[in-house]
Amino acid sequence: MRVIISDETKVRFRYPARAVGIVGAVLMIVSIFLPWSYGSGALDDVGFYGAPSPLQFAFVVLPVLILLLLAIPLVGKQRLGQWAKTVAWNTSAKTASLATLATVLIGLAAIAIELKGLVNIDVGGFTALVGALLAAVATPFLPDSPEPTLARVKSPTWLQILGIVLMMAGVLFAAAFALNQTDAGAFLTFVAFLVGVVLVLRQLGVMAWIGIAGANNNRVLVLAAFATAFAFPFTQNGSDANMSIASQVLIFAAAALGLNIVVGLVGLLDLGYIAFLGAGAFTAAILSESAFSTLDFHPPFIVVVLISGTVASLLGLLIGAPTLRVSGDYLAIVTLAFGEIFRITMNNLDGNDGPNLTNGSNGIPGIPDLEFLGFNFGDAHVIFGVDIGRFANYYWLMLLVIALIIVVFMNLNYSRIGRGWVAIREDELAAEAMGVNTFALKLLAFAGGAFLAGVAGAVKAHHDVSVTPDQYVFLESAFLLAAVVLGGMGTVVGVLIGATILKLLPEKLRFFSDYRLLLFGLLMVVMMQFRPEGIVADERRQMEFHDEDEELAEEIEEELISHHAHLNPERRGFDL
Amino acid sequence: MLEVKDMVVAYGRVNAVKGISFTVEEGQIVTLLGTNGAGKSTTLRAVSGLLKLVSGEIWFQGARLDGTPAHRVVELGIAQSPEGRRLFRQMTVEDNLKLGAYSRRDTAAIRSDMDRVYDLFPVLGSRRSEPAGLFSGGEQQMLAIGRAMMSRPKLLMLDEPSMGLSPIMTQTIMKTIRDLQADGVTILLVEQNAQAALSLADRGYVLEVGQIMFSDTGRNLLGDDRVKLTYLGAD
Repeated sequence: MRVIISDETKVRFRYPARAVGIVGAVLMIVSIFLPWSYGSGALDDVGFYGAPSPLQFAFVVLPVLILLLLAIPLVGKQRLGQWAKTVAWNTSAKTASLATLATVLIGLAAIAIELKGLVNIDVGGFTALVGALLAAVATPFLPDSPEPTLARVKSPTWLQILGIVLMMAGVLFAAAFALNQTDAGAFLTFVAFLVGVVLVLRQLGVMAWIGIAGANNNRVLVLAAFATAFAFPFTQNGSDANMSIASQVLIFAAAALGLNIVVGLVGLLDLGYIAFLGAGAFTAAILSESAFSTLDFHPPFIVVVLISGTVASLLGLLIGAPTLRVSGDYLAIVTLAFGEIFRITMNNLDGNDGPNLTNGSNGIPGIPDLEFLGFNFGDAHVIFGVDIGRFANYYWLMLLVIALIIVVFMNLNYSRIGRGWVAIREDELAAEAMGVNTFALKLLAFAGGAFLAGVAGAVKAHHDVSVTPDQYVFLESAFLLAAVVLGGMGTVVGVLIGATILKLLPEKLRFFSDYRLLLFGLLMVVMMQFRPEGIVADERRQMEFHDEDEELAEEIEEELISHHAHLNPERRGFDL
Repeated sequence: MLEVKDMVVAYGRVNAVKGISFTVEEGQIVTLLGTNGAGKSTTLRAVSGLLKLVSGEIWFQGARLDGTPAHRVVELGIAQSPEGRRLFRQMTVEDNLKLGAYSRRDTAAIRSDMDRVYDLFPVLGSRRSEPAGLFSGGEQQMLAIGRAMMSRPKLLMLDEPSMGLSPIMTQTIMKTIRDLQADGVTILLVEQNAQAALSLADRGYVLEVGQIMFSDTGRNLLGDDRVKLTYLGAD
């Protein structure tokens, strides 16, 4: 749905449109000093005069951006100089206005629902709504800006590094802020705000600039990302509620990265992957010091991790060896069945028929915390004056595991084995004709992916305290697969984002839990329609979805040119 | 060098190749001619280990070849440029070539062989980091041949390299094949373009519905009435 406004209309209305847009932005800025709701139970208490809530303070970023984008060009083209074309002033203002309107609408809807009725919206809420509407109606009447050239502006290394650091700081702040929203409405409003900010930054060309800065300073980017993730527990002040979610996200992400090798790189559809996580968890539980452990063998955790991974990968070999010779669809069915067989077997290994390994459906509770080199993961401690709780310990452990997985994954991806895997995904017969031992490589991927899931499962057993068969149902396999597909098959960053979304949203939107599956179904349908390659696209995979897509070819070419121009001291070819 | 004896290959219960025998001598260009469904591509696939034989034998350099898995066949020195090119379309030219050299581990030599391919086909060299899927048909065929050469094969099997190409591009490809022969590579060529194939070939075999009807030297077959009638469109 796109309203087309003719160019003549845009030229004619450019001044009134700008004026109305500015009025709208000012109204929204004013609105945060007015109460949005009667009473204070909505969002994060937005019912006060002159005292904006944290959410309102964050929100005001968007109207201020709109104001700047609309007001700065008023100084005239001469004084803007090259910046007139470097930044997409008008188009970004339009994007920001639409995003702001969406944010305001969600916020007001949340107030109306939480306080039961539209009457609870106070003068500030209406001011914001009017302002957002004015801006959203007016800005589309501004003439379109040319494509921003910000990404092509040369910048010194220190500025690029500063940009990366600022972005990471922003990510950390946003993550901490979002997680601290206990109110579902406030969380949703903030997420809408975040999506808006990201879209505006993309429109401005900031994202492309950061992308190039990141490519130029790859190590800095990776280090900054890990430093950010490492710093996260310090923002939580010892609160376990969010750290528990965060550590669960990382366990889920580690498993998803394992599945990403199988599905994303080699293209094997595994619908029973959760069984490998379960195998690791049960192995670790049985070998743990739990009073309900069924074996009298309790090696140190480092050994347990290796055993768990090995058990999982042996299961992978067991299921893979007979089935990997057949083509994709059969594999999907066999793995689906295997996932169920695993769960039912765990349910039945209760000593009634056969040995007692798992205590049946009761599973193994009371798994003690990890002990590692004399350090107990259950102990809280204080670092730099900040309380670090039990879940933060597990969070850091999983961060380490994920870092290792990423290092292995990256090295594999660009190695001989990785090339063979991608070749199998693209054309198995051709790969075979080139001398790729397809069966062995597929089996290796299957066992390797299972090993990673087994390791994640071993940590999960201690993290969760108890392991029961009903944690490993088919739905979990589906969610893992969804995380990989949603985030972007074959990429690391994408899968991490996908895993975060799929694990975080249900935790934060508990009131929605009845409709969770419906929501994910819709999300997947929308994604497949509009961005089938996932949130982050694998460079090698993009063509698969947009084959013979002229626009994309041009886009790639442009990107190459801009990248080239950026590396090249002499700017040329893009002065309009 | 390559000897096929009474080979029968089947898809399910249908025999696609019904007991054919032919030989390829070292340094020769040998061509298999035939219409669609004659069993040419099936023959190549069987030699490269992608299909199993129902009966018969394949010998390569004095050793029994049939039953060897495909990746071992490549290591023994037989490369195939399959029908329809079957490039890895999303991979770059460079990665496609690296895959062609998958059976080798001598990195430095692979590098220099890659440069040789770029010398042979300059267009590939200048666009080496672009995905193969973005190339034209002729360029893709060059890449397919280049990729097959990357394993340093003793025997190179080309399946319809001229398919879908312009006459000029076909000439370029045929010249490349002759150059390869001059470099000492033995070539088994499957073609529908009989004129082009026979003018290159030392020996040609004519296949029809899974059987070899007759064979002769390339020159003689070019003048053969039966060949003229069926494959060269003469009256």
